Amino acid sequence: MHVGLQHYLVVSGLLFVSGLYAVMTRRNSVWILMGIELILNAASLNFAAFSRFVTPAPGVPGETGLIASIVIIVLAAAEAAVALAILLSIYRNFRTIETSDLKELKG
Amino acid sequence: MTLPDILFWCFAALAVIPAILCVAFSRNIVRAAFLLLLTFWGVAGLYGLLSADFLAAVQLIVYVGGILVLILFGVMLSRRMTMAELPAGTGTTFLAAAGSLALGLFLWQVIQHTPWEATSQPATSATVRPIGELFLGKFLLPFEFVSVLLLGALVGAVIIARKELDEGGDDEMEAEA
Repeated sequence: MHVGLQHYLVVSGLLFVSGLYAVMTRRNSVWILMGIELILNAASLNFAAFSRFVTPAPGVPGETGLIASIVIIVLAAAEAAVALAILLSIYRNFRTIETSDLKELKG
Repeated sequence: MTLPDILFWCFAALAVIPAILCVAFSRNIVRAAFLLLLTFWGVAGLYGLLSADFLAAVQLIVYVGGILVLILFGVMLSRRMTMAELPAGTGTTFLAAAGSLALGLFLWQVIQHTPWEATSQPATSATVRPIGELFLGKFLLPFEFVSVLLLGALVGAVIIARKELDEGGDDEMEAEA
């Protein structure tokens, strides 16, 4: 069976679902962050697969999907940096990063 | 089965199996971070098979070299000595597993039944040059937008993470006074 678009979509769907499961079950914020990274990776892989396998409309360059993937990777990097800075700040104030312990809005 | 197909299955297994192990079974967060490393490697290999060479390189540099190191730093800086990961309640776990499985099955059905207008084009040539031309031509506005956003996010991250240092300095000043 020749590997086609659907195989890549299934792989990316599995990555997305496992990331979603991590976000829903884990209480440690770093772990939730890892789940978000998995989800973003799945989306980016989807864009790359569509860019490779789907013939673009006339006048649209074939690499447009790759542009979206690169933008997603940049956004993931920015998000990880900000999220970890916030985590460090929370850890200094509360001595924990378990989301179930962070109930105060005004400390 | 040709060589790219075999490579696809290898990279897909490398991407999916560590991801599932990481989220569902691992209790040690450092080990989970290293499983995530394998996942990112697998996705980079898949990009390579999709003839997106630039994207594969970016994936390795940004995810493996950047984000994963940031995550490990976050783990090390916020790790208590008794870092026993509290398991989520059974109700939460059940709901999350059921929801994830339902979404996965839904995605499976969509992927199977949608008539994708997919062609398997011959492998394109290097993508670096067209990507560069697109970023400096048709997609100049998103490019600038993202670069400004990245700059703002990095400056903001530094400010948020350094906040406590200034207060610590104030405390020392007060103690001396």
